[in-house]
Amino acid sequence: MTITTEQLSATTLLRFATAGSVDDGKSTLVGRLLHDSKSVLTDQLEAVEAASLKRGQEAPDLALLTDGLRAEREQGITIDVAYRYFATARRRFILADTPGHVQYTRNMVTGASTAELAVVLVDARNGVVEQTRRHAAVAALLRVPHVVLAVNKMDLVEYAEPVFAAIAEEFTAYAASLGVPEITAIPISALAGDNVVEPSANMDWYGGPTVLEHLETVPVSHDLAGCPARFPVQYVIRPQTAEHPDYRGYAGQIASGALRVGEDVTVLPSGRKSTITGIDALGESVDIAWAPQSVTVTLADDLDISRGDLIAPSGSAPRTTQDVEATVCHVADQPLSVGQRVLLKHTTRTVKAIVKEIPSRLTLDDLSQHPDPGQLVANDIGRVKVRTAEPLALDAYRDSRRTGSFLLIDPADGTTLAAGMAGNSFAAETVKVVADDEGWDF
Amino acid sequence: MTTTAATVGEGMDSPYALSHLDALESEAVHIFREVAGEFERPVILFSGGKDSIVMLHLALKAFAPAPVPFTLLHVDTGHNFPEVLEYRDRTVAEHGLRLHVASVQEYIDAGKLRERPDGTRNPLQTVPLTEAIQQHRFDAVFGGGRRDEEKARAKERVFSLRDEFSAWDPRRQRPELWQLYNGRHAPGEHVRVFPLSNWTELDVWQYIAREKIELPGIYYAHEREVFQRSGMWLTAGEWGGPKEHEQVETRLIRYRTVGDMSCTGAVDSDATTLDAVIAEIAASRLTERGATRADDKMSEAAMEDRKREGYF
Repeated sequence: MTITTEQLSATTLLRFATAGSVDDGKSTLVGRLLHDSKSVLTDQLEAVEAASLKRGQEAPDLALLTDGLRAEREQGITIDVAYRYFATARRRFILADTPGHVQYTRNMVTGASTAELAVVLVDARNGVVEQTRRHAAVAALLRVPHVVLAVNKMDLVEYAEPVFAAIAEEFTAYAASLGVPEITAIPISALAGDNVVEPSANMDWYGGPTVLEHLETVPVSHDLAGCPARFPVQYVIRPQTAEHPDYRGYAGQIASGALRVGEDVTVLPSGRKSTITGIDALGESVDIAWAPQSVTVTLADDLDISRGDLIAPSGSAPRTTQDVEATVCHVADQPLSVGQRVLLKHTTRTVKAIVKEIPSRLTLDDLSQHPDPGQLVANDIGRVKVRTAEPLALDAYRDSRRTGSFLLIDPADGTTLAAGMAGNSFAAETVKVVADDEGWDF
Repeated sequence: MTTTAATVGEGMDSPYALSHLDALESEAVHIFREVAGEFERPVILFSGGKDSIVMLHLALKAFAPAPVPFTLLHVDTGHNFPEVLEYRDRTVAEHGLRLHVASVQEYIDAGKLRERPDGTRNPLQTVPLTEAIQQHRFDAVFGGGRRDEEKARAKERVFSLRDEFSAWDPRRQRPELWQLYNGRHAPGEHVRVFPLSNWTELDVWQYIAREKIELPGIYYAHEREVFQRSGMWLTAGEWGGPKEHEQVETRLIRYRTVGDMSCTGAVDSDATTLDAVIAEIAASRLTERGATRADDKMSEAAMEDRKREGYF
């Protein structure tokens, strides 16, 4: 694949995550995407061939390309999320390669948190299984805008359309019930290369895009009209030099929407008002800037603003609250319990907080909820109510992944305990409450 | 940085799309500012290599018009390229920065480190580095490491907590969610920060071209006296090469990475301009480290093992 310099610098960036169970061919799919986009280079392949040979394997084991840690290679499994990079003439890709093992589901949450697209792999022979449902639920929970269902190993079911159609239908119905906005189903054979990069000659009944075509063309959301601007202040720039004696700029990355010079803004949580007098987009003075640009903003009035404050248009500022209701994914080995004192990190603000209630814990398999579990442990997903020491300008996660998300941190040792998503809905509203509380197997 | 739809490049599907370089730049600047906002004593590891040069450029942009609120630290192996040291000192002076130098040679002279039989000093950097971090009580240490460099680095977080021995434990890493970086650490611990995590070698070069950043001359093709060892072209010099059986020749070469002279290989190249370098890398079938680093070839997990001990 030949790419010119001009093409390279004009391309956009797509972040996506892959999810799949242990033996459904995820490594092969990732390997093929990397290989066919020239991202596996000769020395890497040689290293994989040498290592495979040393283990007595005849063919190069592509999983060795992605399993970077000693422990992963020893056990032949992926333990931790890894990030891969590849490019085509149309786009640059950051792939969060996440483990399929049940006990590492928190790593899929990590990968999905920044992904704009998730590829969920299923084995055509097995169809939709428990783990597929978990992956779909995590994608829905994290509000990944696009989900691709890759029905793999079509070569092992004689490339039969009805097999694909049945799986696609079952998955689409399930994912749609979770509130996944867009689902694209693609029949593939990662091993034989069908519909990964090249269209398959074995499945002429399929008229859709290949996996790579879809990755290259899926629209990345830039719908600024729908999201009001949010600008968390990261750092105050005050040179106090002879050249800039009075300069006071508020530096940050625009979390959503667009900021314009002349716009009336409110600073939260204080509620003080001012007007944007200038926007510096890393060296260039501009009239408008948008998410996710890092900029520096100056205001007409000399307000007391510091790290942790949020600047928003006065007409659409979020309300502030000290009572946070959220869905959290527990990511630490130590549990989270009712009454526990924690730190809550939201945008650039970290505040003291206390866990008031854990109303329910969710089973991703069937979306049932178990009331009052008392605590959450590793890989649990549950509803929590948290009281914070200071007001937060929090949006609902459904409105903004950036200003609706937060971390719960153990103040004693700094461990990240849980990933939080503010708001009262977990994806779709069809959750059923089940009283029995045994058999938590997530 | 663009502000109008008219200047948005080909292939963008919205006037509000950011080019991949703008997106990477924005993310890196965000990381620099997070560290400035949350840590007491951050430091940038600065070697005069292209990744650390890009890091410094991003830091300058992140805090303009104020100065960069970090000091710099260089671990000098004693076998550095003179052109690079000259570049380092000139850059530090130009921006009014403060530079700490931790010297491997001083450790060897004092008997605290022993020269390896193979003469490579890259692994010897770990002790001076970690001792400098402890001595100056740095609590955040910026490194130019990229995840595309090596498979152990692909597992590295943007914020990587290190214990009082600077050790990296890949199994006990904090999950990194959204853009919420957790920099909490106990006294004596520090956090390694990698703002270029998501950049590739090509991204770095395209950014250097776009921002017109000056680099040390060894990154461009030039004639140099080199000799071959373990399949790599090494610069002849007082550090320990060539040996009797090794033949010195003058070749047209350039460097893809800058490190210790004893283990950083040159590549044959006639790329004397930025455009030519970018074209060469886009066509290369070898990774940057595979082409030029001897120390990564020591074992299948060489990088992971060194990182566990405190190396970047």
